[in-house]
Amino acid sequence: MSASGVAAKEVSRVLGRGSTPRLLRALLPALSLALVLLAISYLNPRAISYFGFTLMLNLAVPIALATIAQMFVIAGNDLDLSIGAFVGFVGCVTATWLRETPLLGTLVLLGCIATYAGLGALIYLRNLPSIVVTLGMSFVWQGLAILLLPKPGGKAPGWLLATMSFKPPLIPFPILAAAVIAALAYVGLMRTSYGAILRGSGGNAVAIGRAGWSLLKAKMVLFACTGVFGVLSGLALIGITTSADANIGNGYTLLSIAGVILGGGEFVGGRVSPIGAVIGALTLALAASPLLTFMHIPPDWQVAANGATLIVVLAARVLISRKEAER
Amino acid sequence: MTVTSPKLVKLDGIEKHFGAVRALGGVDLAVGQGECLGLVGHNGAGKSTLMHVLAGTASADRGSLTILGEAPAGYSPGIAKKLGVRCVFQELSLCPNLTVAENTRVFHPSLTGFNWRAKAGRLILEKLDAIFPGHGISASDLVQDLAIGRRQMVEVARAFTATDEPVRLIILDEPTSSLDAHTARQLLGFMRRAVADGISFIFISHLLGEVLEHCDRIVVMRDGRTVADADATTFDRDRLVAAMGDVEVHARETRANKGRARGQSPLRVRARPRRQSGIGELVAHEGEIIGLAGLAGHGQTELLLAIFSAAMRADARAEVTASVALVAGDRQADGVFPLWSIAENIGVRSLPSLRQGLLISPRREDALANLWRDKIRIRTPDVHHNILSLSGGNQQKALFARALGSDARIVLMDDPMRGVDVGTKLEVYDLIREEADAGRTFLWYTTETDELKQCDHVYVFRNGAIVADLTSDEVTEQKVIQSSFAEAS
Amino acid sequence: MKGTLGRAFATPWIWSFVGALAVWLAAVFFTGGYGAGGMLTAALSLAVFTVVVGVGQMFVITLGPGNVDLSLPANIGLASAVAMTVMAGDDGRILLGLAAALACGLAIGAANYLLIWALRIPPIIATLSASFVIQSIDISYGRGLQIKPPPGFADFTNIQVLGIPILAVLTVLFTVGAGLALQRTIFGRSVLAIGQNMRAARLAGIRVNRVRFATYALSGTLGGIDGALLAGYFRGANVDIGNEYLLASIAVVVIGGTSVAGGKANVPGLWGAALFLVLLLTMLNTFGVSAGVRLVLTGLIIVAVITAAGGAEAAR
Repeated sequence: MSASGVAAKEVSRVLGRGSTPRLLRALLPALSLALVLLAISYLNPRAISYFGFTLMLNLAVPIALATIAQMFVIAGNDLDLSIGAFVGFVGCVTATWLRETPLLGTLVLLGCIATYAGLGALIYLRNLPSIVVTLGMSFVWQGLAILLLPKPGGKAPGWLLATMSFKPPLIPFPILAAAVIAALAYVGLMRTSYGAILRGSGGNAVAIGRAGWSLLKAKMVLFACTGVFGVLSGLALIGITTSADANIGNGYTLLSIAGVILGGGEFVGGRVSPIGAVIGALTLALAASPLLTFMHIPPDWQVAANGATLIVVLAARVLISRKEAER
Repeated sequence: MTVTSPKLVKLDGIEKHFGAVRALGGVDLAVGQGECLGLVGHNGAGKSTLMHVLAGTASADRGSLTILGEAPAGYSPGIAKKLGVRCVFQELSLCPNLTVAENTRVFHPSLTGFNWRAKAGRLILEKLDAIFPGHGISASDLVQDLAIGRRQMVEVARAFTATDEPVRLIILDEPTSSLDAHTARQLLGFMRRAVADGISFIFISHLLGEVLEHCDRIVVMRDGRTVADADATTFDRDRLVAAMGDVEVHARETRANKGRARGQSPLRVRARPRRQSGIGELVAHEGEIIGLAGLAGHGQTELLLAIFSAAMRADARAEVTASVALVAGDRQADGVFPLWSIAENIGVRSLPSLRQGLLISPRREDALANLWRDKIRIRTPDVHHNILSLSGGNQQKALFARALGSDARIVLMDDPMRGVDVGTKLEVYDLIREEADAGRTFLWYTTETDELKQCDHVYVFRNGAIVADLTSDEVTEQKVIQSSFAEAS
Repeated sequence: MKGTLGRAFATPWIWSFVGALAVWLAAVFFTGGYGAGGMLTAALSLAVFTVVVGVGQMFVITLGPGNVDLSLPANIGLASAVAMTVMAGDDGRILLGLAAALACGLAIGAANYLLIWALRIPPIIATLSASFVIQSIDISYGRGLQIKPPPGFADFTNIQVLGIPILAVLTVLFTVGAGLALQRTIFGRSVLAIGQNMRAARLAGIRVNRVRFATYALSGTLGGIDGALLAGYFRGANVDIGNEYLLASIAVVVIGGTSVAGGKANVPGLWGAALFLVLLLTMLNTFGVSAGVRLVLTGLIIVAVITAAGGAEAAR
């Protein structure tokens, strides 16, 4: 069969019989984002502008990066409860060492990534529950952050500030950045040939092992990727806030998990979607405060609204999957 | 032809034990180049274990393995693959979260580079097109979205794909069990063509017609040994059945309640399979042993589970008039609690009656466990030992004890004798008859004719529906097989 | 039960007591014996609050992989506010307030399982979402609320007899009960069975949904009572009062020898682990190390313990 024949066949398969629920499932994160945007444009049309988006999505970039970091461990059926503390620690390093002694700062950040890879190896070799190991690590990162920066302070390096305040023409920077992050993670995990092995290790580890692949290496690569994106998240965060605080990343652990799940990922089975995860992070970032402010929801209830958003979207997903199961 | 071809793979004196159970007791097996070897035998005869040894996924306790005249050191699935041995096992080894093309990639480390997706997709589609023309599978389909039959097709086709490693021997373990008649024929036809091209096969199937028709040579296994090995032409169905069969069990003609007319005792279960069209329902009365027959996976387990949940909660599909207990066939997935002792495993179905006041009484729990250990002869010095310290057959006995020791008046059995040795089976048969005489009702799904002969009444299932309704006098292997395959053979 | 007992002694929870003893001795050695008893009293008082929520978390985690109650901190916060409001500083309304805290926690636990069951959301996300909502209710409800516990209640939570807090004695009794409930009641056995193999449990006739509901409700209720006790002990309720119990409740369960893979739980280990964590902090405080070092060491010790205790069991 010719390649074009294959392609034609593929198109017909995707659009053909019975794939509507699968399509819906894939589109659900985008739909929920569209819904939030629609609500915002209805409540405050001026927000839908270059500057509106730049303002509203200001903090979405580090959240999206942290979500991608979380996605990598979830792809291997693990969970990282320390990502928030880790982002905080990276932030402290960025605002101090990276500016004052760039070489030391860089080495420390690379060491962080190596630590993550080591954690992956430890978890695989000793067959440990990742929840507990990363729980312990969250204390470690938090402690290190406090040691480094006992009081809020420090200053972001100039080049970082310049990067994060970059104003590209037409498209607001956060949207551009989110697109780049999503594309990068998508190509890395979904399109490369080794990415298939990484996801397969979450789907059926025995099959991957039987086919002759090293599961240890797969786990270490997944954790190292989490480390890389965690570092990027910390950098981006400090580039926006300009100074650091040991507790700056604390909310990110739960936000990142929620973003992955909102984006169509599942805790087990290697089912994750990088694009969905970024969209999920954007949705959370938008729903978190701009939307609620426009809706005149008192600050007291904004957290609740976040919880409700999560519940509603997940409930919608369950409904769709149930339809899928029935067919 | 089989005599002259050089030997590709040779197994000598392979022995394998799982705990106290001997799975393989010194098996010799050889496959020539371009030969299709049929391997038949009852469930638990050791076929799958032997194939795991050959594929490198299990190691033999004793014996030797040579491929192309050499004994590979540190034999593993990886080495097996390098030497050209491929397997299609009963349990699927695809990653459900990956696409068909990606699963092909997992199998071939050399599939890399910018265009790997297209290459992998072409590779698998080529084979799919060659084996199953009109298969309707796309390389970008997620495996989890494919129906079980299509997954099996992908699994089979993947075993035939070749990149930088040779394909010499393909083991097909029940490849047709989840395929329909049409695709099964396609596969068998392709297999013969591949044999003509010099590829060797080991073909395992319970469908004797398939084996007789498509294999060059047939080996029959029984109780972990080979009991017959000859050219396919020298066998016919009866000879195969005779070789597979258990003379011991055959000799024991059943003691079914032949005299008693049905329906004199109170009704216990009335249930209708979900996919039943027209009339037809399963009825069981007090004191009866009802068999559910047919090929594996044709709706028997599903109906048992429906009856089970109907007993817990009203259900329109089934009417159940007494308490129910279930004996699982898939011990690890459905039965055993691996962290618990034998006593705790037996007592879990009877917790309310083990209480003294509010608390569960360890004394009563032990008493129950010891009673059944002696009655059903669970071979353990102490019921406080962990359940996994028992052999498979004895674990199964503990599951029987759990159901029989409970207050349930109806016992559902989901092919519970899988991988159980003959001695255990005979003991359990007697016990079941005894309990039925005492007024218990048994619904017994089994794929073995010998066990169906223990039943008072047998329903045969096909494609999720009851297709035959046999009294105990009518139950013969032939009759059951005929009804199971009305369309296939 | 001999077998169970034998197995329990072989498990690593005993090391949490050894660890607790070791850090206590180290601290005592450092101070030259000064304040050894006071240290234990303080440790017992504080360990109580971790143990109470730890019991609830332990039952939940024992249900098997993926089961965890992340709503405990928010639950504790809200229940403490509810209890203090209902008590309204009046000694006569103490029982009423406690009942209100119980009811509040029970409602939260029930709501958690409703989300898990009806929407089939993974427990982690369900309890997380619920905690967001609870937190908001608490912030909104507790705004400007600066209610002190009735003096009688505050005294009760701080009473000591011969240096032993009365609350600790009651909690020991409670944990003995919890241990019995785990091993010797239908509920406990059902939880253990579900944690080992949910499908097998269902097929063995266990009412899986009912048991899971009861477990989440239990965890919620214990969170509620803990909130009331904390408010009494610290003489006031506030929104953040439960914050540290998210990590602490999970940490004591795991260090105490309960399997994260489910089906195996350990009650005495909770005490050992809670005392260990509290004494560890006390020791580090007496050494005068900074908050940062304290956190780093706590984290490293958790990782070390799980690495030493982990092994063949299925992860996650």
